Amino acid sequence: MTPFSYQRPERIDQAIALHGPQSRYIAGGTNLLDLMKENVLQPGQLIDINGLPLREIERTAEGGLRIGALVSNADLAWHPQIEQRYPLLSKAILAGASPQLRNMASTGGNLLQRTRCYYFYDTATPCNKREPGSGCSARDGRNRIHAILGASEHCAAVHPSDMCVALAALDARVHVEGTHGKRRLELVDFHRLPGDQPQQDNVLIEGELITAIELPVEGFASHCAYLKVRDRASYAFALVSVAAALEMDGDIIRRGRIALGGVAHKPWRLEEAEELLNGKRAEPECFAAAADRLLQGAQPLADNAFKIDLARRAIVRALTEAAGGTVR
Amino acid sequence: MNSANSPLGKPLDRVDGPLKVTGKACYAAEAEVPGLLYGAVVSSSIARGRIKGIDAAAAEALPGVRLVLTHQNRPPVASYDEPYEDDDAADGSPFRPLYNDRVLYSGQPLALVVAETQALARHAASLVRIEYEVEAHQTDLQAAREQAHDAPAELPEPRGDFDSACAAAAKRVDCEYGTPVEHHNPMEPHASIVQYQPGGELLIHDKTQGVQNCQRYLEQVFDMQGKIRVLSPFVGGAFGSGLRPQYQLPLAVMAALKLKASVRVELTRQQMFTFGYRPRTFQQLKLAADGEGRLRAIEHKAIGQTSRFEDFTEHEVEWSGMLYACDNVRLGYRLAPLDVYTPLDMRAPGATIGVYALECAMDELAHEVGIDPLELRLRNYTDINGNEGKRYSSKELRACYQQGAERFGWSRRPAQPRSLRDGHQLVGMGMATGVWEAMQMPASARACLDADGRLLVTSATADIGTGTYTAMTQIAADAMGLSMAEVEFRLGDSSLPQAPLEGGSATVSSVGSAVQRACAGLRQKLLDAVQQSPASPFTGANLETVEFVDGQLRLKSGEHAVPLRDIVQVSGALEAEASVKPDEKRDAWATGTHSAVFVEVRVDEDLGTIKVSRVVSAIAAGRIVNPKTAGNQIVGGVVWGIGQALHEETLIDHRLGRYMNHNLAEYHIPVNADIPEIDVIFVEEHDEIVNDLGSKGVGEIGIVGVAAAVANAIYNATGKRVRDLPITLDKVL
Amino acid sequence: MSENSSAAGQTCTISLELNGERRELQVQPWTTLLDLLRDQLGLTGTKKGCDHGQCGACTVLLDGRRINSCLTLAVMHDGASLTTIEGLASEATLHPLQAAFVKHDAFQCGYCTPGQICSAAGLAAENRASSRDEIREHMSGNLCRCGAYPNILAAIEDALPTLRGQEGAQ
Repeated sequence: MTPFSYQRPERIDQAIALHGPQSRYIAGGTNLLDLMKENVLQPGQLIDINGLPLREIERTAEGGLRIGALVSNADLAWHPQIEQRYPLLSKAILAGASPQLRNMASTGGNLLQRTRCYYFYDTATPCNKREPGSGCSARDGRNRIHAILGASEHCAAVHPSDMCVALAALDARVHVEGTHGKRRLELVDFHRLPGDQPQQDNVLIEGELITAIELPVEGFASHCAYLKVRDRASYAFALVSVAAALEMDGDIIRRGRIALGGVAHKPWRLEEAEELLNGKRAEPECFAAAADRLLQGAQPLADNAFKIDLARRAIVRALTEAAGGTVR
Repeated sequence: MNSANSPLGKPLDRVDGPLKVTGKACYAAEAEVPGLLYGAVVSSSIARGRIKGIDAAAAEALPGVRLVLTHQNRPPVASYDEPYEDDDAADGSPFRPLYNDRVLYSGQPLALVVAETQALARHAASLVRIEYEVEAHQTDLQAAREQAHDAPAELPEPRGDFDSACAAAAKRVDCEYGTPVEHHNPMEPHASIVQYQPGGELLIHDKTQGVQNCQRYLEQVFDMQGKIRVLSPFVGGAFGSGLRPQYQLPLAVMAALKLKASVRVELTRQQMFTFGYRPRTFQQLKLAADGEGRLRAIEHKAIGQTSRFEDFTEHEVEWSGMLYACDNVRLGYRLAPLDVYTPLDMRAPGATIGVYALECAMDELAHEVGIDPLELRLRNYTDINGNEGKRYSSKELRACYQQGAERFGWSRRPAQPRSLRDGHQLVGMGMATGVWEAMQMPASARACLDADGRLLVTSATADIGTGTYTAMTQIAADAMGLSMAEVEFRLGDSSLPQAPLEGGSATVSSVGSAVQRACAGLRQKLLDAVQQSPASPFTGANLETVEFVDGQLRLKSGEHAVPLRDIVQVSGALEAEASVKPDEKRDAWATGTHSAVFVEVRVDEDLGTIKVSRVVSAIAAGRIVNPKTAGNQIVGGVVWGIGQALHEETLIDHRLGRYMNHNLAEYHIPVNADIPEIDVIFVEEHDEIVNDLGSKGVGEIGIVGVAAAVANAIYNATGKRVRDLPITLDKVL
Repeated sequence: MSENSSAAGQTCTISLELNGERRELQVQPWTTLLDLLRDQLGLTGTKKGCDHGQCGACTVLLDGRRINSCLTLAVMHDGASLTTIEGLASEATLHPLQAAFVKHDAFQCGYCTPGQICSAAGLAAENRASSRDEIREHMSGNLCRCGAYPNILAAIEDALPTLRGQEGAQ
């Protein structure tokens, strides 16, 4: 690691004030230190935010939950309110990483995970995300794990989080605070597509700090499923993952949500696809139609065409499971 | 001796277990050395070319950085190939770290930064700038197939007439199988600590499977005869990666010599992908049989990758000439040199991939003939190794088939692929045969009974997790009639009696025989000692009329007994050393270990995910010294086989000539959740030919055949043949 | 925590309760907990397998919870309590997990073993895994290249009732 200075403020405003162009906030550190050891990131200053009062999980006025950004992934997944009201989130978190990493990683940090693209991690290779303008090695290289949706000629990386896929399906919101004050963003708008600025994973402005994630009242607790397809049974990133959430009225879908992981630079949702579920009988044909719509425009690279078919099958499976009732 | 109290053959706990579970076992990078400096390796980013310049100024300017070592300022090293040729060297010109400005492969060590802390060394290493003259490279075996040459391997001559037998046969299979590059990836990264002694001698803590191999290598390369001692008491896994001295060792020595200080060089996980590996191969199998499945002709042709500087060969195709009865056999093996490092023996080298291809082809043949795959093996059973024309000293493979099939419930296998389901899962069953050699190498051991009656047995072998400490303690305790607690076995020190590389499943056979022989010598000395006294009741006795049991020397007649401790209290410590070579009686026989592996898989019919749900592995490996540790070896081999079948592949970007998934997040080895219950059966196998112990070794046989059994089970589940490993879900969708 | 700057950069003083003993330690900001243990304190029972949170060999218990010590900075844990393999049991006796690992031969080379054992201790404290499949899943953050997984599973299954009994008694 490149040497850096270290500060540990106790108040949010102090943390934000400390932040400069060479700074990074550190919470769990599980991805940041990983990248610093590879010299992918070389911040001059780390601002340790673990002293900030961001560890509460509280009820919001409207009846949802506000989750402090420093709540660990494990604590969140096993929180009684999450397990009972938002099992989709719990399942997604527990499908990711390992118990050790989930004990360390923070809620806010999970949103800021960087891609697992091989080239991003290897400083000996060109990568636009790491070094803008150097080129995208993945596009004509090893791209079995890369994006099929929303990629650009500059970047084909995928966002690696499981938690964010569930948060996207749940219409979660992100609370951030910076020198210009506080903002509240929809999670689906938080991450961005690579376009010609793949170095930007999300819409945060320099120095902004994630303070909380907010969950709306509706948790789809009785009909949800998180399906993660990967190369080994555990401790591997998703090739494709699906968060499926349904509000059922008998066997009729009143409202449906589908979010995909492992296929794009951000959790992938499409309202038009979900509308194909609403008011329909929960059966494979309806699920397949929604899947086809969601995957419309998918563009495979040399090694990842299978992801399109796989995603389609996974969507149908996840929706079928969700329709059958949440497995507790 | 092998009395009722003998520990031999008992499922005893590992003697080094308490040290390992408490964190007290000390591995190579962990020796406490005062004033230690730390090295960090700078690796090449290109696959082929020359170093035009190295700018180390920024690194050297950091306080605490002591040295940036390159080919320009390294200490003198040998310039001919021979000094670099270690006990496991391939044909050719061995790689010489920091020798000159040539870049031979991506990841090659080009500089070593030495600093006062590891963190500083790593940081400084990131500041070293290397300017290259880049040359065109080739790392793709597929693209270089035409440039292949015959491997310098001693293949059996073709026997019979393959072409006409094949043409005349009723049933034929002709398939090509592909296997990827795999890396050993032991959990412990390779590391060396070179402890610089006041007189200039070097005491070295290294991760290796052969302390004397490393010692000789360094003595030759650095012209330091008699000044080097290598220690390696604990090895955090190796699987072949420690058979040759790896580059961190000479780098650490260079730095220590240059600085006259003690230096540690520990590779990063990424750098664990910058030396030997299992090579990528393509294998063509042609099997021809009559209508009943009797093999008429076999052709097995392999092409593997190697480096530009060495021809790495392994026993890859020979298995097809020995496993079944067949009169017409033709084997071929070619190598294509690429701009990569030389491959390296990796768990059951050659057999792991060669038998995979053969056993998949046999499954395809069974389907072609329309008989059960196990029945096909039985119809072609032989007790003769056709390559050598010799009968096996023992071969209880038939018992493996029978007991394994029964335990597994093979009779319940559906003959028709894709006909057994459980919900979304397609269930399939597959089997394969495994085979490995039963080798023995020359080895020595020393046994010393001290004045307190404690036995110390030593040999310069290794325990890489294989249970050498425990097995040798058992053999010695048995030989001397002592309890396990009264015996200590020491290894991993180049100053101990000569031992071969710890590999090839030959350690129990080689070192175990030497331990046995040394103990026999010690028994004679003890008897001689008691006979010193004129009135000894043992006067006239010889080793045939006495026995060593329960810590005593006694007449078999039962009239007299004397505790060994009493003998040495009078005589002082007694010691015997023995060197053992394979007995000539072996020459008339073929020797080998065998297995039958049965696997059940569950394949999600929509998602393609594959789960191995049951494994039975029946093993014939002679006498098992310790069923607990040996069973664990087999289980580990099966886990490796599952990884080979489903997970492991080092991905290379041929444009860059560089491995891209060089970490443990993207180079997938199985995790706990991938592994089902694994049922190991050791069938009875009595062998008086292989060695006095009748023991053949179990480190390799556990993996051989497993990947084929998994692939065959996947075919049975899905009706799909996937002929290139690993079988990832996209290949079965 | 106190700080001072020197030519070699910032150094910080932290206080750790390490295996039951309160220690004042000087660390640089970039010193990982793992490097502090192995290189600075000579506590080499905690292993470095990948240094990137991808193998679990460096697992320790931080305030009773299992974490990867390679992916956290020592300076971030001023005032914390840390248990490593060296502190799991009292000097004379083995921890029930250590004894079960020996009994079931739940290792070969031993390099992943301290991490496996600390991880299993964390698993026991979490009380979220009881069935064999649950234990397998919850132990999947610890790679074992020797492939001793079935024996690791057996050892943990064997020790869990004892561990949970101990907790119930406390």
